[in-house]
Amino acid sequence: MHDVLQNQQWLLSLGVFLPLAGVLVMLFIPKSDESTVKGVAILTAAATLLVGIYTMTQFDYGKAGSLQFFTTNNWITPIKATYTIGLDGISLPLYVLSMIITLLVMIYSWDHVPSPGNPKAFFILMLVLQTGMAGTFVAQDLILFFVFFEVVLLPMYFMIGVWGGENRQYASLKFFLYTMFGSALMLVSFIALFVVTRSHAADPEAANFSFKWFLENGADVSKNTAIWIFAGMFIGFAVKVPMFPFHTWLPDAHTQAPTQGSVILAAILLKLGTYGFVRIAIPFLPQAATKWAPVIGILAVIGIIYGALGCLAQTDMKRLIAFSSVAHMGFVMLGIATLTPLGINAALFGMVAHGLITGMLFFIAGSVKERYHTLEIKRLSGLLQQVPKLGWILGMCAMASLGLPGLAGFWGEFPAILSSWNPLHGEGLPYGGLSLSLFRWLTVIAALGTVLAAGYLLWLYQRTAFGNPTAEFAGLGADGDHGHDAHGHDAHGADAHGDDAHGEGGHELLHDVNKFEWIAWTPLLIAIVVFGVLPQLMFKLFDPGVVELVKVFGGK
Amino acid sequence: MLGSILAAVGDFTAPKVDYHAVAPELVLAAGICVVLLVDLFVPEHRRWITGTLAGFFMLGSVLPIVTLAVTGSDVRDALGDGRYMVDNFSLILKALFLLAGYVVVLLSTNELEEGGYYQGEYYVLLLSSVLGMVMLASSRDLVSIFVALEFLSIPAYMMAAWRKRDRKSNEAGVKYYLLGVFASAVLLYGMSLLYGLAGSTKLTEIGKVITLTGDKVGVQVVAVAFVLIGFAFKISAVPFHTWAPDTYEGAPTPVTAFLSVASKAAGFVGIIALVYLTFPAASDVYRPFLWVLAALTMTFGNLVALKQKNMVRLLAYSSISQGGFILMPLAMAGTGDAAGPALRAVVTYVIIYAATNLGAFAVILAVSRKTRSGEISSFGGLFSYAPGLATMMTIFLASLAGIPPLGGWYAKFGAFRAVVDAGGGWGYSIAVIAAINAVIATAYYIMVMREMWMKPVPDGDVTPIKVKAPVMAALAITGICTVLFGVLPGLVSKVGNLSDLAGAFGR
Repeated sequence: MHDVLQNQQWLLSLGVFLPLAGVLVMLFIPKSDESTVKGVAILTAAATLLVGIYTMTQFDYGKAGSLQFFTTNNWITPIKATYTIGLDGISLPLYVLSMIITLLVMIYSWDHVPSPGNPKAFFILMLVLQTGMAGTFVAQDLILFFVFFEVVLLPMYFMIGVWGGENRQYASLKFFLYTMFGSALMLVSFIALFVVTRSHAADPEAANFSFKWFLENGADVSKNTAIWIFAGMFIGFAVKVPMFPFHTWLPDAHTQAPTQGSVILAAILLKLGTYGFVRIAIPFLPQAATKWAPVIGILAVIGIIYGALGCLAQTDMKRLIAFSSVAHMGFVMLGIATLTPLGINAALFGMVAHGLITGMLFFIAGSVKERYHTLEIKRLSGLLQQVPKLGWILGMCAMASLGLPGLAGFWGEFPAILSSWNPLHGEGLPYGGLSLSLFRWLTVIAALGTVLAAGYLLWLYQRTAFGNPTAEFAGLGADGDHGHDAHGHDAHGADAHGDDAHGEGGHELLHDVNKFEWIAWTPLLIAIVVFGVLPQLMFKLFDPGVVELVKVFGGK
Repeated sequence: MLGSILAAVGDFTAPKVDYHAVAPELVLAAGICVVLLVDLFVPEHRRWITGTLAGFFMLGSVLPIVTLAVTGSDVRDALGDGRYMVDNFSLILKALFLLAGYVVVLLSTNELEEGGYYQGEYYVLLLSSVLGMVMLASSRDLVSIFVALEFLSIPAYMMAAWRKRDRKSNEAGVKYYLLGVFASAVLLYGMSLLYGLAGSTKLTEIGKVITLTGDKVGVQVVAVAFVLIGFAFKISAVPFHTWAPDTYEGAPTPVTAFLSVASKAAGFVGIIALVYLTFPAASDVYRPFLWVLAALTMTFGNLVALKQKNMVRLLAYSSISQGGFILMPLAMAGTGDAAGPALRAVVTYVIIYAATNLGAFAVILAVSRKTRSGEISSFGGLFSYAPGLATMMTIFLASLAGIPPLGGWYAKFGAFRAVVDAGGGWGYSIAVIAAINAVIATAYYIMVMREMWMKPVPDGDVTPIKVKAPVMAALAITGICTVLFGVLPGLVSKVGNLSDLAGAFGR
């Protein structure tokens, strides 16, 4: 079904496991030697990104629909699980994005290690996360996918639980249990899929857990069984996305996580869920996908509206951004639910765009918190006066997030809405079409969602950036105090927990964007603009794989 | 020699013993004698020698297992009558028992030395108990199964009460003893019925009779049920688990580790032999029976574990619930073509669980030397002053919870795979129950992790913990196994690849 290119078979393994090599080195560096610890970690992440960039240069863009750098090896022979990895146009952007985000987050962490410190453990967890994320995007075997998918769980749990905000323990536990619940059912459905496809196969001995096997045999599963198996996967992936009504862990996790955790969570981890739908659930079980698509579509649109309304009700900036994630992921899922090339392309674009934009928003939230020791919207005002650069960046990201044409967010949202006007439908489709009228209603409601999105983001911007600073922060602006940039944040960084205690501590002058922030943010900001102006760069990569993927539905 | 004397007495013909096949047992038996003698002649301050010797003999008897594994035929009939078989299945489990025994010796060394307990006697009992397990792995006959089972249990009763002046330890011993004996009685009653029905004690012979047909179906059902109940006590399956938490909590920590791992594994070995050899045609009886037992065990164990405040009690309930996961594939062993996967799942699970659980107990041992407490809260802030131990404990707990890439995930995977393979309503329903339970279980493992990583140190005492060398060795062994089995499960599933076992059993 898929062509494979078996070139440079070592490349992906290197990219995936290089961070672990860095972890091994770091284990032998004493905890007290903080700058060496950070240095080694950042070097590892940089080296990993170099491998990623090299992968991009070696990628054959003419064959973006085929798996490249493909390699397969025995892994767990008795259960027919193999170590099979490969990369196509759908995976490549996400794979590289995960590396970029990890590096940028680490650079940002150079002087922003959240309380209670211990950069060694913090950086090690980020490197482990990197392996899990990159591995998930290249795995071409269901068991391998599952293992990588789960590897991210514990590091993120500890990241939220140890370095998070006041309510971190509750938030981290909730995150963990929700995800675990989803993945347990997902695992059962993976096994069930394997057993069922094997029983249908002409040669049961040939059955294995590679994606290829399921792509070729998944469609033979009887519709009723397939619907149940899909249900298990649906819950597993939907929790991760997160889709309404499985989303309740997200606002808590995002709000309580340290900035770095929020960024990684928003930029990459949520994508594991949507990626799972695109890569696994839908192509493996097309007969169930057409039955589930309306459900996904309806839940997606509920998510859009619910997330937007949630945003309007928030008083905390970070929590608002978290709820906006629920809405944005709703657009992504709506695109996927249409089962059309346009919709899935939009969804994939939306995944990357949301990663860049929401990642940035969380960075900004972190920096605002660091300066003002609060994220309460009503206490913040006049950012443009006090920290103008930060204010402008926030403005740009808010515009990108609400889907302003010319910035990346637009190309995730607009085509998704467009595609839902014309979902998979018509006569003589092998697995049936979707209800036109239902999806057209969804289009209308989703379009309303964009209006709400503009509402909550502009309102947020108006309240925080415009106007004059509130009385408590008046007179602390950055004007004329640039020498303050390079030092003095360690004291702030260590105080993430004690807002109130630092009411008086806030009398230091506020500094504008510092150099670590510039280094960490510039690439993201550039990417938001570039992909906004030239979306074709990414659509070109996705399209061949997506066309291949939806061929099975027989639509156009 | 004995044989020739006996032969001269009557018409007794000496069985032709395959000495290579029983070499592990012989080494252990020699070890028991040597340790006992050495204990008599070394002065008190040198008694640690007995521990070293015990460990040495444990490892020593692994050697013949290795030679047996690499040489000769797959199946050896040690006594020539098919009642004591040495096949891959039994070799793997013997190795497991011996290595687990070795780790327990490592854990016991300092504990016993400092507590001033009776070291020599302790190691003799430990060796005896392990010998019982090693014998059980090969037994294919009701009598030898029963003898082996008692041989492994009776020393364990005494070891549970080893802290002589501690009331809790006494309670542990007495409870374990009374319920253990009760279980033996039930088991023996079931066995006597089996013998009555078949006129033979050989498992495969009985298997030909227990077909649930004919006019004695009622007795057959009762016999199967009684035998299974007897073993259910041993593996502390709900509702026959009541002894386990108290015994685990009261017994010295190394003994608890031993009971929760090796003794439990031995119980499963017994059930495997019976299910596969004696009840293959009675799956209509044992399937619902074990299904209910498995579902109850994992659910109840989990729910009670959630409320525990004491670390050892938590692990006791966790091990009860893990037992449910191990039982699950066995329940489906006779359904569809799940026999092979089920057996592999059980053996793999038992091995991985042993490594992980022993490791967890090793950490508890190391930590409680400092904190002098078994409460979960005493683990507060462990990460801040003992990051190594906290990380190890996290690895073990995550493995128990079944989070990849640590060993436990593969164990759980195998169990799921087997029941889904069996399919049907029974299979899928228990798979879903188990999936839900797997999630509940993570809640309490996470609770401990939270304590270690996120809570403050309860008494503010942050002096680092010095881990003694033997405990460190135990941690290294179990830690490496836990990670390795998770990353390359091929290793353990290769030794668990028992496709030839059916042939061996079929004799």
